[in-house]
Amino acid sequence: MRINVEGLSARHRAAAARAPAALKPVTLNIAAGEQVAIIGPSGAGKTTLLHALACALQPVSGKLALDGIDPWQISVARLQKLRGRLFLAPQSPPLPPRQRVITAVLAARLPRQSLAASLRSLIYPIHIAEAEAALARFDLANKLWDRVDRLSGGERQRVGLARALVSSASLWLVDEPLSSLDPSRAAQAIDSLTRSAREHGATLITTLHQVDVATRFARVIGLRDGELHFDLPSHDITRERLTALYAQHEHELHGAAPTPGDDAPAALYCR
Amino acid sequence: MPPQLRDPAWVSRVFWTSVALVLLAPAFVLTEFRPWTLFEPAALKSTKRFLADFFPPKIEAEFLLLVARECWRTVAIATAGMALALLIAIPLTLLSTSALSISALPGRMHLIPLFIRQATRWLLIVLRSVPELVWALVFVRVVGLGPTAGVLAIALTYGGMLGKVYGEILESDESHATNTLLRNGAGRLQAFFYGLLPQSSAELTSYTVYRWECAIRSSAVLGFVGAGGLGQQMDNSMKMFQGGEVATMLLVFMMLVGLADYASARLRKVLA
Repeated sequence: MRINVEGLSARHRAAAARAPAALKPVTLNIAAGEQVAIIGPSGAGKTTLLHALACALQPVSGKLALDGIDPWQISVARLQKLRGRLFLAPQSPPLPPRQRVITAVLAARLPRQSLAASLRSLIYPIHIAEAEAALARFDLANKLWDRVDRLSGGERQRVGLARALVSSASLWLVDEPLSSLDPSRAAQAIDSLTRSAREHGATLITTLHQVDVATRFARVIGLRDGELHFDLPSHDITRERLTALYAQHEHELHGAAPTPGDDAPAALYCR
Repeated sequence: MPPQLRDPAWVSRVFWTSVALVLLAPAFVLTEFRPWTLFEPAALKSTKRFLADFFPPKIEAEFLLLVARECWRTVAIATAGMALALLIAIPLTLLSTSALSISALPGRMHLIPLFIRQATRWLLIVLRSVPELVWALVFVRVVGLGPTAGVLAIALTYGGMLGKVYGEILESDESHATNTLLRNGAGRLQAFFYGLLPQSSAELTSYTVYRWECAIRSSAVLGFVGAGGLGQQMDNSMKMFQGGEVATMLLVFMMLVGLADYASARLRKVLA
């Protein structure tokens, strides 16, 4: 999917109306099939930009066009159809704790499935092989029939990523996919993600905390204080540029990811 | 005592407790609450007579068979009423819950869906604000004496209650999974079955089972206005001063409620 962003600014829904926008006017063009990493210190507006691109957040000003269509000029029904061509993976995996992994993964098929087929799939899963193949990419094929609340935080995060592979989306927007993975798992996960996006012909946009991983993407966008700091091919990313981007946030540049490793339990809401 | 060691909440605590008591006093006046009349000699005498009548409970085989049949009918009224109530409550819940709103995803809900949700909520209020006893009296006139009136009365009131509480459970639960599905283009019902329902199924089931237990008790009460079941028999026996029969039925009824409680506890354990 092709993305054209012109002077787009956005503010988080919970923010006060007078608070400065989390994302100040940004202009961007991303071609279909491109793979882009968004980096920047905490609070730079990375997630806000991602949500604005995913039509999850209505921009305060400016224009967004997905394949030439302005999502906020069309009806709610058509917008919902357009959303079926996007895949937004939030940072904390959106998996109901009592659901089985297979159901959670197949949920990504819902936009291209009829309600009847979706209900039938709850009684006996329809596309088992597809879900298994997606999980295998993330080394989770053996967890196919497990319940989500039996998984560790890192496993849950990878299940959330495997979902992208069974969706038919042509734009993948992934928020901090590595926040609860250890370095070797993180490398494997990002490999699987980029390779699968290429195979699906999908545009991939990822926010990242790990600068070294970001340089594996062809193009890197640096955000700081809600403004575009740089937008460069990754071989032009220098130490100096990174230091400037992360000035006063050096611990985020050098230190580990802010959230703990693979075995840390993710926040679970159980009642 | 030095001031920093004094509990700063003390004054306001005393104040609000006194306010509550002052507000409570008129309620007792209004309800003519005079418990000591219970212990006046005349009252004690009639209480004694009434209770003495209970012994011994009647345990003839023929009567026990009748009680068993009526007991079963009471459970049947409650269960059928609950089934109909679910038929009313589930669609209304799906209509009224804002957790499944697509237009509310990026910000504020649009006007038409907002109005539909509000109208559904009003309908639920109407359904549950009429007590089931009143519905039963209405239906006894319409469909005649018998269990049908009880079933319909429970269906309407409980439909309203279930619809409201289901909606609240769905809205208070973690909405992350459902929202993500909606944001990725899933339909409302699809998001319900793949996100909202697995998220809150345990709470919904536990509340439904508890309501079923309430429906059993309520169907016994409805019997007093002629809606069939154990209550109707109890009413007959009381009017004929057959204390022994009343005692037997009360004992059976206690067992019934105990059994329902046990069943719901087991079910909740299985689902947890």
